[in-house]
Amino acid sequence: MSTQTAARTVPYKEKAPFDYSSYMRKGKLPHIWCSGCGHGIVLKSLLRAIDATGIQKDDIAIVSGIGCSSRTPGYLDFNTLHTLHGRALPCATGIKLAKPKLKVIVVTGDGDALAIGGNHFIHACRRNMDLTIMVYNNYIYGMTSGQSSPTTPQSMIATTARYGSIEPTFDTCTLAKAAGATFVARGTAYHAQELEKTIYDAIMHKGTSVLDILDSCPTYYGRFNKFKSASEMMEKIEKDGTLSISQADKLPPEKREGKLLRGVLHKSERPEYCEEYERLMEKAQGK
Amino acid sequence: MKKSKQKKFIQGNEACVEGALYAGCRFYAGYPITPSTEIMEVMAARLPKIGGSFIQMEDEIASMCAVVGASLGGLKSMTATSGPGFSLKQEAIGYACMTEVPCVIVNVMRSGPSTGYPTGPSQSDVMQAKWGTHGDHPAVVLTPSSVQELLYETIRAFNLAETYRTPVIILYDEVIGHMREAVTLPLPGEINVVERKKPNCPPSEYKPYDVQDGNVAPLAAYGEGYRFHVTGLYHAADGFPTSNTKLIQETNERLVNKIDRNKETICKNEEFCLDDAEIGVFAYGVCAKSAKFAVKELRSKGVKVGLLRPLTIWPFPDDAVEEMAKKVKTIIVPEMNLGQVVHEVERASKGKCDVRGLFRVDTDPIHPKQIMNAILGRPVEPTVIPSEVLIERDMIDG
Repeated sequence: MSTQTAARTVPYKEKAPFDYSSYMRKGKLPHIWCSGCGHGIVLKSLLRAIDATGIQKDDIAIVSGIGCSSRTPGYLDFNTLHTLHGRALPCATGIKLAKPKLKVIVVTGDGDALAIGGNHFIHACRRNMDLTIMVYNNYIYGMTSGQSSPTTPQSMIATTARYGSIEPTFDTCTLAKAAGATFVARGTAYHAQELEKTIYDAIMHKGTSVLDILDSCPTYYGRFNKFKSASEMMEKIEKDGTLSISQADKLPPEKREGKLLRGVLHKSERPEYCEEYERLMEKAQGK
Repeated sequence: MKKSKQKKFIQGNEACVEGALYAGCRFYAGYPITPSTEIMEVMAARLPKIGGSFIQMEDEIASMCAVVGASLGGLKSMTATSGPGFSLKQEAIGYACMTEVPCVIVNVMRSGPSTGYPTGPSQSDVMQAKWGTHGDHPAVVLTPSSVQELLYETIRAFNLAETYRTPVIILYDEVIGHMREAVTLPLPGEINVVERKKPNCPPSEYKPYDVQDGNVAPLAAYGEGYRFHVTGLYHAADGFPTSNTKLIQETNERLVNKIDRNKETICKNEEFCLDDAEIGVFAYGVCAKSAKFAVKELRSKGVKVGLLRPLTIWPFPDDAVEEMAKKVKTIIVPEMNLGQVVHEVERASKGKCDVRGLFRVDTDPIHPKQIMNAILGRPVEPTVIPSEVLIERDMIDG
């Protein structure tokens, strides 16, 4: 892979504005996302993180499923694949195994990754193939107008949970760690610079990395659940509802109660799948 | 020194692997299911030896998706399945049709619906192979009827997939899959192998669906400098989503027409004793074996009967059926289902002759005696197999 050494610190701190256009496809904007949606912030964090890795555009594939977040690849100037609902991971698995030199980033949502794609998600984590999985988690199916998802908190309203959801939720990070992912982190659209750094670390990690990215859907989740504005949602859910893992250690348990931790929550070393497959081939060939 | 051909005594599923590897298949993703599992097992042993990739996925859906991904990564890719697994793959088969990603899917048919009788043969997925995925889409489906032919048809499946940038399905049944026959392996270069048409324009000008001269555009691989977009949404020539109604109509028609308008090259039939036939048999897959035996037997007794055997069942050989219908009084269609292809034969024969089905779904193959009785207009006795027929040599040749 043709890589440059990362020439700058992460997050982006140079004085000149970051040139997003060099990573965007010309003429593909405006995007489909509603005003107040956090996906654009995540997209920009992703591009700054990619820039910092120094990996060339030709050497990156971005694969998505179906949903609002899954429209991301269409705007970006890489090798891009917009697949089926829930199926980004197996498609990405095929690409990566066919072309191991590619850095494969998967963009998916809470419904896409954890409901219809749940089986693919746990097995991708188990295999530890070098995939970066970004779960844009906005607690709802946005593209189909606001149905409850596996991360809709209990008692919250969705079009298919009119009296409040009675289902327990998945914690993406706990699930990913239990399934074997070797890098598990959480970020939010609100903490965009921190998110950039977390995405950078995830991309640079060799193995399956999972990012639970808290994000807002003011159009549906916000409106149904009486948030006054997109910014209020971000503040209540992403800012006040989370704690950086480094801060959390210093706080008494009562101040951590009910808050989700941000940052790298789990990291371990295990053989990466494609490298293991290389070794398997050598064995089969009697080398 | 001239290399001599290698002969092997192998089962159908192994012959399928031989054909795939000969055709250049270098990626296999699958999930265990009877009666197709041997394909995956042999691939798991063979592919790593030749630098190919093998992966057992978490389910049938994932296997089909991985095949699409690997094909976009530039490898000739395939998967194999049976019965319920074929149903599960339909979503991603449609995706491959829409995105025009070449790949090969094997369905070793077993008795259904549902779990049915997993070790029993059947021909009941013929319509699913054509219409299984939603939306109007192209279907190329091959129906070999012997182990040797399965090897050849697998090579042809890859060639068609690459030529037309479309999924190709190889449809056979448990009998062909598990039957062992002596097979001659083709020498390198003996059979033409089609390589994918790649773009030769500069990357900035590349449009993955720009079909300038014909119905199929060149396909770049990911990671080779052509940064293109692929989506299952209706898309313009550049690959990006469109809501332009004219383009949607044109694209859907092109997807179907790229196969329909090349029927002459894609269709392949065997005609046997049809010239002076008064009764015709239309049979595919394992039934064609029984049918050919029946035709030979009755010909030796002076009955004017002939066989039309499609090696490509989809697109359907309308012209060949119509030609036969002009000559014969009756067409008998034996199939191991409750009547699927018989309706196509009726349609294609345009009322020029009588069409009669002979159906069997008890998971035993249709016996030549049953077909003979049908030809002679006698009651079709079901399952008692006379021992003298069982030992006939003709039962195991092509």
